[in-house]
Amino acid sequence: MNFFAIIGRAVLDLLAQIGRVTRFTGQTLAAIFSAPFYGRLLAQQIMRIGYFSLPVVGLTALSTGAVLALQIYLGGNRYGAEAIVPQIVVLGITRELGPVIAGLMVAGRVAAAIAAELGTMKVTEQIDALTTLATNPIKYLVVPRLLAAVISLPVLTAVGDSIGVLGGYLVSTYNLGFTGSIYLKNTVDFAKTDDITSGLIKAAVFGFIIAIMGCYNGFFSKGGAQGVGAATTNAVVASSILILAADFVLTAILFHAS
Amino acid sequence: MTGPSSSNKKIELIGVKKRFGSKVVLDGVDLCVEKQSSTVIIGGSGTGKSVTIKSILGILTPDEGTIRIDGEDVTRLKGAARDPLMKKFGMLFQGGALFDSLPVWENVAFGLIQGHGVARAKAKDIAIEKLAKVGLTSDVAYLSPAELSGGMQKRVGLARAIAADPEIIFFDEPTTGLDPIMADIINDLIVSTVKDVGATALSITHDMTSARKIADRIAMLYQGKIIWNGPTAEIDRSGNPYVDQFIHGRAEGPIKMAVKA
Repeated sequence: MNFFAIIGRAVLDLLAQIGRVTRFTGQTLAAIFSAPFYGRLLAQQIMRIGYFSLPVVGLTALSTGAVLALQIYLGGNRYGAEAIVPQIVVLGITRELGPVIAGLMVAGRVAAAIAAELGTMKVTEQIDALTTLATNPIKYLVVPRLLAAVISLPVLTAVGDSIGVLGGYLVSTYNLGFTGSIYLKNTVDFAKTDDITSGLIKAAVFGFIIAIMGCYNGFFSKGGAQGVGAATTNAVVASSILILAADFVLTAILFHAS
Repeated sequence: MTGPSSSNKKIELIGVKKRFGSKVVLDGVDLCVEKQSSTVIIGGSGTGKSVTIKSILGILTPDEGTIRIDGEDVTRLKGAARDPLMKKFGMLFQGGALFDSLPVWENVAFGLIQGHGVARAKAKDIAIEKLAKVGLTSDVAYLSPAELSGGMQKRVGLARAIAADPEIIFFDEPTTGLDPIMADIINDLIVSTVKDVGATALSITHDMTSARKIADRIAMLYQGKIIWNGPTAEIDRSGNPYVDQFIHGRAEGPIKMAVKA
């Protein structure tokens, strides 16, 4: 095939893909606002997406906070600015690392699981079976997962923020010679509501990305075990990349940076 | 248009065409299934049998042609407008397509609870009654589909298909993957349950034993068209070399199997 044809084919495939994702998202959003509503399924998904992600998000937040404190201390040391540790830790965690780490961890854990589950349902005709049983598959499968992810991610991030700050606090007080009460006072005095809410808004958007990418790749997987494997990989890769891209755009919007 | 002449037609396909990319799968399918009759579509793999059923179900939308159910044009009916129509349908899938996250009784009761808004307790009673109709005892109701053998999964799939007393039941390769005895049992069950519910049946299969047993009429699909359609008793005297080759399973004949898809 000639060189230009290869590029053309790739561009067309990409555009077709974007079109399908957009249409799928539109169908899902429309389905949220019409009956029936599946409350039981939503609760189930909040458990699976939110609650069971707590250990992995908590653990990564703890270690990130701890390492961040250590690095800022060592870096600040060069300018005699070690005292800034609590301020930078809380800013870095709430604005950036809390939501991004929660997002990436949940992307790995949940987007993969959703894509594998729905992909298997697709190739074993269970999604078609839903249709024949007078049930809209998007309403039954996608909407509960999307709402659960959008609700869970900010909560996970709030928990991760607290644990991340705790990580910084532990390292600072035990290893770096900070006084606990002063560390906490500096943290609380410095952090603004905007720092925290901007992180939570980001987290909700990341939840949206994770659920849509997981569901979309599952819904359109084909060709048995190999297809489901590819769908799982695509879901994780696509949601991770989109999370990082969205993070940049959201930071620019939320903080009016130009 | 529900004139007196069309009143006995349950399902009607007129010139239905469907292609995927450059591959033409249905090339003008014409088919009529009468009320409370059983039609079986036969044909080799990849001749568009599944696409035909999925087009009627609305899972796929035909590129051209018309599909009528009870005289109403449903070809491009979508979303909420399609809901009342879907309640007329029941389907037994080739692999069962049971929901592995739900126990057997919830699989059977699924359409009743989600589609028809029946209360869970009542739907459960109906599910257990339908399971009994396909020869399964109530202790099976609490098992997970993964714990069942292939034959039992087919039975559960059949119970699910008839649970909401559908007007039309579709059977996709109902005997594939079963041993000959179990296949015969499933065929008998299909015949008896369809009569019992008073439904119209449309099946696809390449198993001639099954087709002869469950069909009132047989239609043969070849290269995207119905090339023969007649009463089951007449299939041995069709005078159509394609049909003869297929029903006798001969490698030699006018049908050339595409080795490469």
